[in-house]
Amino acid sequence: MATFGSFSLLIALALAVYNLFAGAVALRLLATGQPARVSPEKLADTARRAGIAGFLAISCAAFALVWSAFTNDFSLAYILEHSNRALPGPYKFAALWSGQEGSLLLWGWLLGGFSFILRLRHKTDVRLYAYAGTILAGIQVFFLAVLNFAVRPFALYQGPLPDDGNGLNPLLQYPEMVIHPPMLYLGYVGFAVPFAFALAALMMRYPGEKWIKITRTWTLVTWMFLTVGIFLGMHWAYAVLGWGGYWGWDPVENASFMPWLTGTAFLHSVMMQEKKGMMKSWNVWLIFSTFLLTLLGTLLTRAGLVSSVHAFAQSSIGTWFVVFMLIVLAVCIFVYILQRSHLKTDHSLDSLVSRESSFLFNNLVLLTACFVILWGTLFPVLSEYVEGSKVTVGAPFYNRVAVPIGLFLLFLTGVGPLLPWRATSLRAIRRNFLIPVIALWATVAVCLVSGVRIWKDGSFSTGSFYAVVSLSVSAAVFTAVLSEFLRGGAVIAKQTGKNLLVSCWILTRRNTRRYGGYIVHIGVVMVFVGLAGAAFNQTVESELPLHGRMSVGPYTLEQMGATQDSNLNYQSEFAVLDVYKDGKVQFQMSPEKRVYLASQQPQTMVAIHSNIGWDLYVVYEGTNPDTGQPIIKAFLNPLVSWIWAGLVMMVFGTFIALVPSQNPSSARAVAAEPAVKGAN
Amino acid sequence: MATMLRSSRWFKAAQAAVLAIAVCFSMGATDASARFIDLGHRLMCTCGCAQLLGECNHVGCPESGRERQELTNAIASGKSDQQILDWFAAKYGATMLAAPTGKGFDLVAWIAPFAVFAAALLGTILLVRHWSGISAAKAHAAAVAGPHRVDAAERERLDKIRRETGDDGGF
Repeated sequence: MATFGSFSLLIALALAVYNLFAGAVALRLLATGQPARVSPEKLADTARRAGIAGFLAISCAAFALVWSAFTNDFSLAYILEHSNRALPGPYKFAALWSGQEGSLLLWGWLLGGFSFILRLRHKTDVRLYAYAGTILAGIQVFFLAVLNFAVRPFALYQGPLPDDGNGLNPLLQYPEMVIHPPMLYLGYVGFAVPFAFALAALMMRYPGEKWIKITRTWTLVTWMFLTVGIFLGMHWAYAVLGWGGYWGWDPVENASFMPWLTGTAFLHSVMMQEKKGMMKSWNVWLIFSTFLLTLLGTLLTRAGLVSSVHAFAQSSIGTWFVVFMLIVLAVCIFVYILQRSHLKTDHSLDSLVSRESSFLFNNLVLLTACFVILWGTLFPVLSEYVEGSKVTVGAPFYNRVAVPIGLFLLFLTGVGPLLPWRATSLRAIRRNFLIPVIALWATVAVCLVSGVRIWKDGSFSTGSFYAVVSLSVSAAVFTAVLSEFLRGGAVIAKQTGKNLLVSCWILTRRNTRRYGGYIVHIGVVMVFVGLAGAAFNQTVESELPLHGRMSVGPYTLEQMGATQDSNLNYQSEFAVLDVYKDGKVQFQMSPEKRVYLASQQPQTMVAIHSNIGWDLYVVYEGTNPDTGQPIIKAFLNPLVSWIWAGLVMMVFGTFIALVPSQNPSSARAVAAEPAVKGAN
Repeated sequence: MATMLRSSRWFKAAQAAVLAIAVCFSMGATDASARFIDLGHRLMCTCGCAQLLGECNHVGCPESGRERQELTNAIASGKSDQQILDWFAAKYGATMLAAPTGKGFDLVAWIAPFAVFAAALLGTILLVRHWSGISAAKAHAAAVAGPHRVDAAERERLDKIRRETGDDGGF
């Protein structure tokens, strides 16, 4: 299998190189009209076919690695280091991305997959797709070169073969880990496609904004994958690391968040280009930056540039990525300077207060947030360079700097939909904002009445203050978005005689993009509500003898036994806890501590009981060596489930936005039909 | 005069608000347990787990237990928050502090985000004003030129926009 995999990678590289050069030559011939022995169209088509074959070759390589994991082929150093015989099947599959070599192979394979789809759909616009395909081939050449020469997944283990492998990192032996990295990678890699189209459109001076429409689906789907990947990572951190939180501002978390921010900015500002032909240069640079940030993210994850909990994937391939990023940046700058006249446009706004200006401010906030995170992530490196000593830039920095920016962004999430395109009147503003403002102050009042105190023991509680702001602005934004649905739905209800709920659905079908976007905004609001809950977290830690009790929030935990278990993969100790509320047993929880046999590494398995109001989160910390009693740490984390529900809402909204809108005339006909029948 | 008075009143109110916020943020936690939680979240665990000292609970951590005890002792000894942070930084190095300090080059870490935000905000406001001015000038020119007639070229351009943005008319 090692030989098969290695040859597959070599063939994939050769095909990518051919795709790049043949594609470039063909496009050059087509652009200049020079006579050639081979028809440029035919040459371009051979390049496209090479790209398709390249995907098959890299698929063979990915298959070879997974097959080696499933057949316990420890002659491969990678399999020896990341798998073992007792590892359950799904985790053997996950071994593909659990280390440096495998995860880069996944990068290359997904890029090949995206390029494959793109090349199959080339008839949409042959020339534009030929340019984009050639650019993607350039990116593939880089990743395949790294896989063939720098980090070889099929390198053989030197020395006598051990009977069993070292096993998968215990942190990765969790169901989310089977889907979180592929989702994140789909998001990372997917941004290469809109990048390739943007660069292609600029290179060939593509007329109009059609390329944006072509890439819209790619961009939205990619954005959705990245969103899902980030949230799955958060859930993994919450359920596996056992510290009661879900976001630690780790450099690798930040690396995934930065392209999400610029990608979100692009999804908004691109509407200005479609609607008014404005901000062409800005949009091109937004998508360039997003792709560069995905590369930076991959670099940070792997090069050990900054210290991170994701240390399992570090190596010395930083130079490769830095050089590639510089090449990409140079190409972007060169093409932009050469073709900038193509992006010239008349910028004009009818009013200071309009949807257009709200998009500008939205971009300002998203990019400032991106800068803050990039700055915080790279400041330790900068500090070391300037002062000779590293500093830590952790959660306290981001909480002070990024949280206010996030709240401002939440505010804009509600304001934007309330402002019409072009211009608005003071009267319209007053009418649209009245109910959201009432909702905002009502929520402040509810928070204060229900016992939230911004001042505690004579000192100001920043966390409670932010939570109250977040909850009240969330209420305002939710009301604002809901009022948009209800206003439009009421009009349709009047026209068709249908009830308000059905009318809102018809409204959504008529403009899926707008109302899908609003549903995503509701998802964002739900996430902010969940984040606000962190200000009210409670923690209790106690040594718990048999039938000993501890209380957290409305719950009382009683230790009913501490026992042990084992299987081929790990040994575990766990406590059985009865959980009481209002004096009655409600449910049982079993937090666990495992020691994985192959790696001899310990790992906590948190027990979580979730409801809409809070999570009861219980960690078994081991036994006290002096008394032999288990130590239990219990958290009451309010509103956490809102974060995951918010993700579901965001994904649902994205799906709605991806569905083509129903033609208003046919929608009217469909809507009117039952009403007519009813009249009969 | 009335405008000046009004603006002066606004200025004083803004000053008072800024002062109140500054006082709020500068006040620290007072009792020992609140200080422990607060300081525990301003220090890092030094075992390499990249977690805050107050949150590090990974199984078998060789450092956090001892460091928490040192923090408890330091609070009990009556040291101020800053003295405690300085003591930890001196003993374990500056990387033990979870955020840059407000001194020397570290200050740049705090200033840069707000400076960039302020500059970008100012730039956006100026840009919006500039683009609004262009639009107003166009509207004025159109009004002077008389009723607007859509010629064939403009009709074609509008049709193209409609075709390319689809029926939904954009977001």
